[in-house]
Amino acid sequence: MTATSYSLAELMICVAATAFENDGEVLATGIGVIPRLGASLAMSTTNPDLMMTDSEAYLLSEPNPIGARSEDFVQRNETWMGFSRIFDNVWSRKRHAMIGPTQIDRFGQSNISALGSDYNQPKIQMLGVRGLPGNSISHANSFFVPNHSTRVFVEGECDVVCSIGFNPARMPKGYDNDDIDIRLVITDICVMDWQGPNNTLRLVSVHPGVSVDEVIEKTGFSVHIEANTPTTAAPTTEQLALIATFDPHNLRAKQLKDNPPGIRPVAS
Amino acid sequence: MNKLKTASQIVAQLQDGMTIGIGGWGPRRKPMALIREILRSDLKDLTIVSYGGADVGMLCAAGKVKKVIFAFVSLDFIPLEPFFRKAREQGQLEVMEIDEGMLLLGLRAAAWGCPYIPTQVGLGTDVIINNPDLKVIDSPYDDKEWVAMPALKLDAALVHVDRADERGVCRISAPDHHMDDWFVRAASNAYITCDELVTSDHFIPAEVSRQVFWERSLTTAVCHIPGGAHPSSCAPFYGIDNSHFLEYNKYAKDGGFTAYCEKFVDGKTEQEYQAMFGDIDAIRQIPQTSY
Repeated sequence: MTATSYSLAELMICVAATAFENDGEVLATGIGVIPRLGASLAMSTTNPDLMMTDSEAYLLSEPNPIGARSEDFVQRNETWMGFSRIFDNVWSRKRHAMIGPTQIDRFGQSNISALGSDYNQPKIQMLGVRGLPGNSISHANSFFVPNHSTRVFVEGECDVVCSIGFNPARMPKGYDNDDIDIRLVITDICVMDWQGPNNTLRLVSVHPGVSVDEVIEKTGFSVHIEANTPTTAAPTTEQLALIATFDPHNLRAKQLKDNPPGIRPVAS
Repeated sequence: MNKLKTASQIVAQLQDGMTIGIGGWGPRRKPMALIREILRSDLKDLTIVSYGGADVGMLCAAGKVKKVIFAFVSLDFIPLEPFFRKAREQGQLEVMEIDEGMLLLGLRAAAWGCPYIPTQVGLGTDVIINNPDLKVIDSPYDDKEWVAMPALKLDAALVHVDRADERGVCRISAPDHHMDDWFVRAASNAYITCDELVTSDHFIPAEVSRQVFWERSLTTAVCHIPGGAHPSSCAPFYGIDNSHFLEYNKYAKDGGFTAYCEKFVDGKTEQEYQAMFGDIDAIRQIPQTSY
């Protein structure tokens, strides 16, 4: 049954789950509360073949609820999956990661390393490239953006290009766009993918109450818009109940500023 | 053979300009007592290879580091390591910033005596632009280009384990031994600190010897320092000391690393350091994180 009241975070979790539904038997890695709950929801509903870890060192046959668990909770271990083995999985290509980059550019390249024009003296040092170079050339990747803005969707290239995208100038010898698998971009105002002409960013749906113009305005480069952009489907009550079991401490309420409702109130 | 040494004897084996690999991952199982001992030494111009946490931040803040070879430096729940961030933003460091998996391949190449391992990782990204020494080569077997990830040969590896014996048999019973075995294998000398010193009988049960990830011939020296990974974690004994990392993070904004060292490091023994958190029993009460 379609829910009538839900938070924006819950809407984004349900969209995140759709990213994994046709993946078959791959490791679903959602970094952050909303992507992880999306993967957990997909594994428990649309794609039971998914694999998930305990975010530490074991592969599970059922997703763990997030955060502190009761003393008698037994996680459903399936195999050891420490960090060194994660790379064996990455390079086997049987993985779909969803992460939240600080910058995304028109080529689908992303940045979590550093901000500023001088690499030797960055304005803001962030995490480092982490596993993005390997993830992006090895398996499917989706992006999660909690604050859709021109600061994230930058006009030029990312300050540090951490992940390979559909950039002809950087395409390695022997590779083409078909070797790169960037899936959904889930933001706080819309859902997009990279199926516009020549793998450009394309608007898939806008969240309830959001206009197409707002998406255009908040994106630093051009977004391919097709006629009659649909509204993002509302969660079902069954989905909301499952999300609550995977997030018993309601961490999802703390992921977006002021935990806004999923249906944006009409401005007065 | 008895390989027991003190922390200061181990640090005395290190020299200016060495390339030093540090085991653990972010805020987990870092050989922090050895890091503190290096902070108290005159060592300088080090090249540090690490899945970095406060080990990298502290050594950078203390001016010990010439170059960092890294994929990330993070305290996890504090995503940006404050002192590494400061050193980078002041333009103080040479860096080789590479993918986490490339770092693993570099250690493996060193361990296996190969000059490089070919990989597609890094292609199409700034990793190959920002590291001009990283070569992209043609393959003799296909028409693609490949990144030739060079061997990361280490002069020394510093690793903390939960248990070891005096001959250098080391057990890591934490859920993940991270890349510590590769750090040890990539190094000319591996210096190990352990939370518990055990007799060789400890390793007899098969499930225990399964948690020994390298042969003792690779262990150069063993130092028994209960709590030696604090404030990082060492399962099963203690979790990450989040409250201490928050305090450490505050020093980056207020007081600086000199003030941190004055309070926690300079002129202090490990026992005196631990006494500021209660004692070893109090450290061992720090719970493990649930993710």
